[in-house]
Amino acid sequence: MNEPMVWLTIFVLSVFVGVEVVSKVSSTLHTPLMSGANAIHGIILVGAILVTGSTDEPVAIGIGLLAVVLAAINLVGGFVVTDRMLEMFSGKKKPARPAESDDSKVGGAL
Amino acid sequence: MPTWVQLAYLAAGVCFILALKGLSSPRTARRGNLIGAAAAAAATVVVFFQTDLQNVQLIIGAIVIGSVIGAVGARKVQMTQMPQMVALFNGVGGGAAALVALLELSEFLHVGADIESFTAFATAFTVLIGAVSFAGSVVTFAKLQELMTTRPVVFAGMPVVVGLVVVGSIVLTVLLTISPEMPVAVALAVLGLAFGLLLVLPVGGADVPIVISLLNAFTGLTVAASGYILENPLLLIAGTLVGASGTLLTILMAKGMGRSVLNTLFGAFRGGSTLGGGTASDRPVKSATPEDVAIMLGYANRVIIVPGYGLAVAQAQHTLRELVDQLSDRGITIDYAIHPVAGRMPGHMNVLLAEAQVPYEQLREMDDINGEFKSADVVLVVGANDVVNPAARTEPGAPIYGMPILDADHAQQIVFMKRSMRPGFAGIENELLFDPKTTLLFGDAKDTMGKLLNGVKGL
Repeated sequence: MNEPMVWLTIFVLSVFVGVEVVSKVSSTLHTPLMSGANAIHGIILVGAILVTGSTDEPVAIGIGLLAVVLAAINLVGGFVVTDRMLEMFSGKKKPARPAESDDSKVGGAL
Repeated sequence: MPTWVQLAYLAAGVCFILALKGLSSPRTARRGNLIGAAAAAAATVVVFFQTDLQNVQLIIGAIVIGSVIGAVGARKVQMTQMPQMVALFNGVGGGAAALVALLELSEFLHVGADIESFTAFATAFTVLIGAVSFAGSVVTFAKLQELMTTRPVVFAGMPVVVGLVVVGSIVLTVLLTISPEMPVAVALAVLGLAFGLLLVLPVGGADVPIVISLLNAFTGLTVAASGYILENPLLLIAGTLVGASGTLLTILMAKGMGRSVLNTLFGAFRGGSTLGGGTASDRPVKSATPEDVAIMLGYANRVIIVPGYGLAVAQAQHTLRELVDQLSDRGITIDYAIHPVAGRMPGHMNVLLAEAQVPYEQLREMDDINGEFKSADVVLVVGANDVVNPAARTEPGAPIYGMPILDADHAQQIVFMKRSMRPGFAGIENELLFDPKTTLLFGDAKDTMGKLLNGVKGL
């Protein structure tokens, strides 16, 4: 398989995985899910670091550093804000699971 | 690239899949998010070992600055302002992707490398869509923060301008693909910014979250394209995951509002819609004192509460919960009816009420409770408006037309707790306010709720 085909394969398979993992999510979790996905694309930080690290032109370094700052805001802020939202949901039991001790046992076993 | 670095990227990619998977269920969501965060942190360390990097100290400094800004912003933001924060984070991500593509192009040109046309196309795509995402997100932020009107903004000739920008973007993308030049790329970035503004301006209040989700998917795709340009598989995987899941999420959200994504984006262009109604009406309404309403509630058998964004803004959740406890003690059957898009985003109300520690089992979803409004003696609408507006069923021109609503109008009596007659976020008047069965209770939700509580206690 030549190289473009490898990239295409990764791309197509990732599309299916991406669709599959969120296909049955309830609307209750749409906001945290959007926020979590948002955090994940902050991984552009890796790209920002690579381009900033491969140049010695002052202007390019300046723009690269700006990209690093923006990407880090996206990445760190995204994960923190999602965690804060999900914190609200933790400890809230569905009516079907009244016994809290049971739940903690399940959590511990996992 | 050393093999162990490649393996680390692969592992991080798998963790991102697990993170998204975890986020689709409340029980595993938090753990999933932490797995994603850990993978991101690991990948950020690993990149320093991928190749020899220059400016390492400057880069680390920039990472620290960005992380502090992000973390502080994320910790300080109020839950009610969460949607605009998400929009802002998305925007800076899109901006970063566009800058990365521009820099990589300049690096290619600098070393005189032969740029393959698909790489050049991926660069054009990233620059354009990254800029669209950045500018669009800034506008959604301004709308949600109410720095500007939340209603659709359209001007005469706007479709023509949009058409020109689209054609210009396509021409420049083709040009950049054929012969990669820096000025063309910069011009494309500028067009992208204009495109982003024009895309979001005509979108009205209640539809803004759908656009945030769409722009989120856009940013994901730009990150995927950057992965191709930089030959980094992690960026390709992570970006594609977000692009694909974000697109599906956008479609699901639009469906929840009873419309298509295209209708959300371009609905306002059709014109003739209910852009009026932005001001308070002077038609007669029936209003009452908290004491009157307390009696109405205290002697009911069945009460349904429809909480909205206004409740959360006034921080009246705790008082509301006390009121619900009082009413339950009197033997009244009482439930909260939660519309999927109550608040500013799908699921936002659940987050807000969870913060106020309202027991999860009292929250009933729309489809579950809609049939019960008929048997409710009183529906108490607190700070919500659009989600009970019958215009969604009856007025094809209304911006919320087609959106499933809570059937509050089927109840025997409806009580609206409102600050004023000002329309809700969607900017349209609610006919239900003028219904003979409806009573209005004006005032700040927290203040009025306190009076209502005292009234019920005194019965």
